[in-house]
Amino acid sequence: MRFEYSEVASLDEAVSLLRQYGDGAHVLAGGTDILVMAKEERVNPEHLIDIKPIQGMAEITWDGQRGLKIGALATIRAIERSSLVMEKAPVVSQAAHLLGSVQIRNRATVGGNLCQAVPSAEMPPPLIALGATARIFGPNGYRTIPLEHLFVGPRRTSLGRQELLVELEVPAVPANTGSAYLRFSPRKAMDLAIASAAAMVRLDDGRCSECRIVLGAVAPTPIRATKAEDTLRGERPGAGVIERAAELAAAEAMPISDIRASAEYRRELVKVLVRRALLQSIAAAGAS
Amino acid sequence: MKRSIELTVNGETHNVFVEPWWTLKDVLREQLGLTGTKTGCEEGDCGACTVIMEGKAVNSCLVLAVEARGKAVTTIEGLAGPDGLHPLQEAFIEYGAFQCGYCTPGVLMSARALLDENPNPSIAQIREALAGNLCRCTGYIKIEQAVLAAAGKLRS
Repeated sequence: MRFEYSEVASLDEAVSLLRQYGDGAHVLAGGTDILVMAKEERVNPEHLIDIKPIQGMAEITWDGQRGLKIGALATIRAIERSSLVMEKAPVVSQAAHLLGSVQIRNRATVGGNLCQAVPSAEMPPPLIALGATARIFGPNGYRTIPLEHLFVGPRRTSLGRQELLVELEVPAVPANTGSAYLRFSPRKAMDLAIASAAAMVRLDDGRCSECRIVLGAVAPTPIRATKAEDTLRGERPGAGVIERAAELAAAEAMPISDIRASAEYRRELVKVLVRRALLQSIAAAGAS
Repeated sequence: MKRSIELTVNGETHNVFVEPWWTLKDVLREQLGLTGTKTGCEEGDCGACTVIMEGKAVNSCLVLAVEARGKAVTTIEGLAGPDGLHPLQEAFIEYGAFQCGYCTPGVLMSARALLDENPNPSIAQIREALAGNLCRCTGYIKIEQAVLAAAGKLRS
């Protein structure tokens, strides 16, 4: 592991260094992933650009109009413990709690967790389920995309070489909405999901008026189970329709077999996790 | 390219000359001679290298020395005070909470960060705070008991 290191104090400076150093440049946020990758020589950055000194990019704020804003440099620990996140988007705080150890959560940032685009990452499913958007800065200024469009493949995002993820916006959750994030991993702590599912359900007069189902670790990217969502929308969420949605979600998953689980096992887990996540979301929507 | 940085460790400021890719752990051990911070997995899984930076437990193998500039770092060497061992250290001796001792500095730093933040932790909270510290000898029960006892002593 050998590289040069620069700190930047602004987004403009970051973009200009990314342009200057070209393909050998890599953004450094918390470093808990990139430094491991560099030590193992899975990546060989020539220049790390430390964006942590950029002011205001770790903030978590709430605005009644636009919802919850989470700066890309907010640490996973800050998100886990933020009373704002716990109140406005509890499922995001719960997912943060599941990631790594306290030591890792104290350094790792939400921007890093998203931009490393590991299929089993904890933060994408709940954020996508809540309809989060990603604000991106690059040579042409700002652009905003639905968060799910950030992910292109394992460790691949739609960000340009000179673009950075700046902020997430999680829209205000209307009343009668519940959400849940569940994952399965063989160990309780310090383990990666072999399958995960996030759900968001809104109930109007006892019918599901809106829902999102997001699967993690069972496709090259986090994916929406759109057929399962369509099956639920407009329905009274009874056991039959929930089971149908869970089966459709399992069919929509594209899991692989690897050292951690077989594709068949992952598909079965999707069914169970989606069913449970829907039941929890529906119960929470009814109670809110 | 090597650069000169100021590191504040256990309240003392040091000028060190570091390569940008040197980790805080390696600089603590090899430049400052603070070998209580241990080298383990090198990838943030085992917690043997845990130190406290700005009040938070971190894996010093995943922090670059240049990132620690201007930050207050506490290592195991800074845990005991002028009056002797820290209550956590005394409790670890009393409860036999270590055997080979390799993981112990990291465990103690995680426990210290926990008690600074939460003086009255439950067993579940202790387990969560120590989930990132692996011990391959004793198991964790005596460690939990020692942390619980030290917390009680610190509150009294």
